[in-house]
Amino acid sequence: MEQFLGWTENPILLVLLSLGQILLVTVVLLLAIAFLLYFDRKVLAGTMLRKGPNVVGPFGLFQSFADFGKFVLKEMIIPAGANKTVFMIAPILATTLSLICWAVVPIAPGWVVSDLNVGVLYLLAMSSLGVYGVIMAGWASNSKYPFLGGLRSAAQMVSYEVSIGFVLVTVILLSGSMNLTTIVESQTGGFWNWYAFKLPTIIVMFPMMVIFFISALAETNRPPFDLPEAESELVAGYQVEYSGTPFLLIYLGEQIAITLMCAMTSVLFLGGWHSPVGDLGLFNENTLAGLLGTGTFESLIGAFWFALKVTFVFFMFAFVRALVPRYRYDQLMRLGWKIFLPTSLVAVLLISGFVVYTNAAAA
Amino acid sequence: MEVIAFSILSAIVLIAAFCVIAARNPVHSVLFLILAFFTSSGLLVLIGAEFLAMLLIVVYVGAVAVLFLFVVMMLDVDFVELKQGFLNYAPFGGVVALVFFAEIALVASAMGASRPEAFDASPNAETNVEAIGQVMYTDYLLLFQISGIVLLIAMIGAIVLTLRHRPGVRRQSVEDQTGRKRADAVELKDVRPGQGI
Repeated sequence: MEQFLGWTENPILLVLLSLGQILLVTVVLLLAIAFLLYFDRKVLAGTMLRKGPNVVGPFGLFQSFADFGKFVLKEMIIPAGANKTVFMIAPILATTLSLICWAVVPIAPGWVVSDLNVGVLYLLAMSSLGVYGVIMAGWASNSKYPFLGGLRSAAQMVSYEVSIGFVLVTVILLSGSMNLTTIVESQTGGFWNWYAFKLPTIIVMFPMMVIFFISALAETNRPPFDLPEAESELVAGYQVEYSGTPFLLIYLGEQIAITLMCAMTSVLFLGGWHSPVGDLGLFNENTLAGLLGTGTFESLIGAFWFALKVTFVFFMFAFVRALVPRYRYDQLMRLGWKIFLPTSLVAVLLISGFVVYTNAAAA
Repeated sequence: MEVIAFSILSAIVLIAAFCVIAARNPVHSVLFLILAFFTSSGLLVLIGAEFLAMLLIVVYVGAVAVLFLFVVMMLDVDFVELKQGFLNYAPFGGVVALVFFAEIALVASAMGASRPEAFDASPNAETNVEAIGQVMYTDYLLLFQISGIVLLIAMIGAIVLTLRHRPGVRRQSVEDQTGRKRADAVELKDVRPGQGI
């Protein structure tokens, strides 16, 4: 949001401004997640021919807020044998680490808290930290099910990060930048320019998007890869001992991480804030753009498309949960290390060859 | 602004580093080590070396420290036994500490004589990543390739050391499992009432 920061040099005002931006992103994100959770449960209910949440508010729309109230008001139990400090830090860490990733996600033209040059690497770094919330929660509970869940989750997240990293490299190679805003800008002009569908590279990049999506499922411990919390074997994995607000924080951290993965899929492969049909000439003086000013209008439209894409990918996350049975642990590891890792490695080779070839042809 | 940020970050690094050796619980030690890594990447960001900062987090915090934590959590550490060895190792540790301090003092005095005025993390107005790539793939190409080969050999060595083929172990054949058809597993029988199969 550097366009808003130009008018002042006062360091205190700058700090306040960035705090305001952070607060804005957090509040909007949490509100969005409240309704995405409702959406998730409705999709699951729909596939099972149930009604889903339908009591609180019209069509059950306020279900998430009721859940929030319930969690906050419930008693917080710390097990006697638990390591209290680590036990309490773990949920805070889980939520914070997934929230700070959102600092670099470009929502619309110019709408990004921090336009980092190494945005992609930042995302990779912060999401690799996410494992600590889980592993600390599992260890500090001082009980066998949480510990097993924590170990499983740590192994799973570390394994799938590798293939996520290689998929990110292919996008970085194509766009020539690690800046997420630049990556989105390089996909302008209709869905045929998005990296998932752009023509000669579609043969490699569309499978890469699928790999990214599946790895994202595994990275965020979503079904069918929800082995860390597998209810039938581990009760609820690393979160067994948590109750009240700490549980809410762990749950929230997971949901934020899931939304982040949806946002990353849409930023990297689905053109971020760009509309699927390109510029329709809406941004002139005669339309709404003339009233609001072209920049603001463009940003609003961009935010709309971005939200729509994130919701679509989230729908896929929710749908997969209803359709696919849980993987066995060795199958999960085999998929990550023996299938996704070699495939994405070959894709990196192919894409870098393609980029070198096109650059040489252009020069 | 930067001075304040630097003071806070470096204070956290020092305290965390002290706690790594002072903490009684080994898991706490590793957690403090992670905090120290994380905060030092903040210091790298302050001097403008964002790429190195992110690599520090991805490699050390995201991968190496996770392994540390894994190992330490799995160990059944006996604290009393751990304390008993302390006096035996104390003289040796003292010697190592002395050598380190002497080295740091030497380096610091040498630095004081010829101190670079301003450190530029990304010269020629490129981004950090480009600057590092330019140097790494031109001037230091040979060293870069050699370190790659060293890493490859280390990886193969680790695999060879841990890979054992014990006889008589029942293994799963994934091809058989995924290639199984419905006809191999389920058979429909028309069962007559009162007779059974």
